Formats: sequence, structure tokens, C-alpha cells
Amino acid sequence: MTSPHTTTLSRAGRSPVLLGLAGLVTLAGLLEALPRSGVLPAEYLPPTSTILAALVEQFGRAEFWLALGLTLRTWLTGLAISLSAGLILGIVIGSVPALRAATASTIEFLRPIPSVALIPLAVVLYGSGMRATLLLVIYASFWQILLQVLHGVTDVDPLARETANSYRISRLRQARHLVWPTTLPYAMTGVRLSAAVALILTLTGELVIGTPGLGNEIANASGSIAIPAQYALVVVAGLTGVMANVVTRTAERKVLAWHPSVRKEVAV
Amino acid sequence: MTAIMRRIGLALGLPVVLLAVWWFVSADSQDLYQPPLGRIFAVFPSTWTAERLAEDVLPSVSRLLVGYAFAVTLGVTFGVLIGSGRTLRAFLEPTLEFLRAIPPPVLVPILILIAGFGDVTKVLVIVIGGFWPVLLNTVEGVRGTDEVLGDTCRSYRIAGPLRLRTFVLQAASPQIMTGARQALSISIIMMVISEIMGTTDGLGYAIIEFQRGFQIPEMWSGVFLLGGLGVLLAMLFRMAERRLLIWYYGVRAEVRGGIH
Repeated sequence: MTSPHTTTLSRAGRSPVLLGLAGLVTLAGLLEALPRSGVLPAEYLPPTSTILAALVEQFGRAEFWLALGLTLRTWLTGLAISLSAGLILGIVIGSVPALRAATASTIEFLRPIPSVALIPLAVVLYGSGMRATLLLVIYASFWQILLQVLHGVTDVDPLARETANSYRISRLRQARHLVWPTTLPYAMTGVRLSAAVALILTLTGELVIGTPGLGNEIANASGSIAIPAQYALVVVAGLTGVMANVVTRTAERKVLAWHPSVRKEVAV
Repeated sequence: MTAIMRRIGLALGLPVVLLAVWWFVSADSQDLYQPPLGRIFAVFPSTWTAERLAEDVLPSVSRLLVGYAFAVTLGVTFGVLIGSGRTLRAFLEPTLEFLRAIPPPVLVPILILIAGFGDVTKVLVIVIGGFWPVLLNTVEGVRGTDEVLGDTCRSYRIAGPLRLRTFVLQAASPQIMTGARQALSISIIMMVISEIMGTTDGLGYAIIEFQRGFQIPEMWSGVFLLGGLGVLLAMLFRMAERRLLIWYYGVRAEVRGGIH
């Protein structure tokens, strides 16, 4: 309600992309101006331009690209393992009521165990190698996808199921044309959540355990008090996260193009 | 009666079998790193004495609760503000999209650098981790409120705090609770990380100290305790959620029931 002339319609007409860009530019500008003017300590919070310069410097280092590649490898390997395990187990457990009843309490108990509780175990079992971090990544992201798939498989509309039974549609065809389409939106939500959690745990493992990768580079930069480099690496970690979100959301939209819920988020 | 017995049997069956298998397989284990389950249970009471609980567990849990409370309060407050304004939302969306994509653990070294190793840093770490899920879910929840209800509020001139309490927060509460649940697990993760990376007390610190001192059964007992804490908090959360959202489950059952 800024003025009587700006109706909701005209405000909506203003390009949200431009507004969003303006937001990013404002943030960058503030983070440039505040440390420079001395409002924020430039020593700890370097201005945007310094961080960008450090970022460019990182791009020139072979070690940086190696670390980024290792991080992506750990992340995607862990994600692939937990997604396939979660999808298969979710469908199997979800479609057999007896299995579901027998495993419910165990799943409810194991799921909230914080994955970082496994850090000491991972270290004594695997040292600081990639497998130690993989253990954390898989444990954390497996539950996300498993629970979503379990929800999905059991969410089949009873009316549709009875109709299918009345028409004597075989179990296999029911699985293909009834259970799978019901499960898919849930599974895609699971994929998105798993991907985000897996990235967090990948960087945690690298940071805390010392598995080679971006997180370990950040720990090194912090150890040698290379503050702009540290911020630059944090920016890279953020961009990796953005990429993960964009990819999973695009995949979701593509895979579920037929589904009415594509416009509405599935409740988690 | 038999139905209840059956349910108890189903709930306890698999866990008991798994623990029994672990117990017997590990019983003769000579491996330093995989001690017999019996030994882990045996060292538990002597490891987690009342003194230790007060020195290590209590500070952890209080930091967690304080940080979590801040994260939820700030997340809901900013979420309502951002979710209510279309222009503001468009302005901030890409920025928030970037900021929330930064995995919170990588900020821990920077925060330690700026604010030192004190309690403030540790709480701050938890707040930063828990803030994003609450914020984003609140924004979505507020954005998704029923337009007809919004117009009705306007027609009846329901505005200000009354509108906020009876309409906006109420309508967004299922989404807010989703965010709060995600925030809880992230908060526990951040609590442990902050303690591993630089502190002198706390549950995470104690477990890492055991590991470094090769007190492996004690370390395992700490892992059990941490896991138990996670399970307990998740249970408390579910109880709170059931109370707060009881109306919503009713509405949802109604809608689903109405289809057929």
C-alpha cells in the first residue's frame, strides 16, 4: 500500500528477476561499504571486492579444483548409495504391511540419532579417508529418502486401489500404474532433502575429520588465518549448494510435469 | 489384550533381535575399536556419572535449547515479514536462496575467529544452523495462506496482532512445524560440531576426548548417549507437534475423507 496507484497487479508486473538481482547487488554493496567505512571490522569481515579477488586467486590454484572435485565425488557417491538403498528398501518395506509394522520402531529410533554422533566411530574405523565421511553422508541422507518413499507407498488412494482390485488389475500393473505414480512426488522431495543434507555432511566430514576436499581447504585456510580465502571458499560451498537445489528442483519439475502438485510443494 | 501384546511385540521385536545379534557377535571381540556390547553397557554408568552429566551434558543441552529457541523465534519473525510482502520477497529471494545454501558447518571456523571459543559462539552456531529451515518454511506457509480467508479478514477489518495470531500464524503453523522439525536435527548437528571444533566442555567434546585417548568403550557409550538425546528430543517434539496441530490433522482427515 505505498500509494493508491500501485495496485497489486502492477506490483506483480514488476520483474521479480530484476528485484532479486537488486537484492543481491544491495547485499554485495553493503558488505563492501560496511567493512570499508569501519562499521564492521574489515579484519574479520573483508569487503566483497577482497573476497572476490581471493575467489579469483582460488580459481587459479590446481589444489582448489582438486578439492572441489573430491567434494563433489564424496557427495555424489554418498547420495547415489543412500538414494538407491532408500528407494529399494522404502518400496519393499512400504508394500509389505508386516515388514512395515516390524521395522517402524527401529526406524523411529535410528532416524533421530544425529549423524555427527558417528564421527568418532567413522574415525576409528576408517581414519580420515573418504570412507569415513561417506559413512556420515549415507547415514544422514538415507533416512530422508527412506521416510519419504515409505510415506508415498502407503499414500495410495484407497478408492483407486479398490477400483484397481475390482477390475482385477494385476499386482505388477498396479505397482507400475498406481503405486509408482503415487510414490514419485514423495520420492522427489526425498531426493531434494537428501541432496541438501548429504552436502552438509560431506563438508562437515571434510572440516572435522580432515577428509580431503573443500571443507578441508576451509580448515586449512582458517588454520593459516587466510581470512579472505576462507570467505571465498565459503562462497564456493554456497554456490555448490545453490547448484544442488536448482538441479534437484528442475529434475522434480521435469519428472512430475504431469502431476498437479508440481505447483504446490509436497508437505514434508 | 492380545492386540496390545502384539503391538508391543512388533515394536520391541526387531530392536531386541538386533541388539542380541550385536551382543553375541561382539562378545568375544578382541578388536580394540569394536568392543563387546556388554563392555559398552558396563562402562556406561561409570562414564556418565552425575558429575559428568552436570559438567558436559547440561551445558550442551542448555546451549542447544537456547540456540534453538532463538532460531525458531527469529525464523518465524522474519518469515512472517518476508512472506507477507510480495515485493520484499522478490527482492530478497535470490539472496536468501544463496545464503541458505551455504552449509552451516563451514561457517563455524569463521565464527570462532570472530567471536572466540565462548558460549556465545556455540549458541550462535546453533542459531545459524536452525534459522534457515524455519525461515524458509514460514515464508512458504505465509505465502500459501488461503486468499479467501485473507479477504474475509480484510472485510471484517481484522488486522494487526489479531490477524497475525488467529489467521497468519495459524494458517502457516503446519509449515512452521515442518521447518522447526528440520531445524531441531540441524541444531543437534551444529551443537556437536561446535563442541568438536573448539571447546572444553560438552557432550561432543567428551566423546572426541575419549576417542583421542583410545577409551573406545567409553566413546561408544557417549555415542549411545548422544543418540539417545536425539531420540528423546524428537519424541518431545512430536508430542508438542501433535498438540499444536491437532486442528490441522482433523481438517486433513476431513478433506481426505470427503473424496470418497
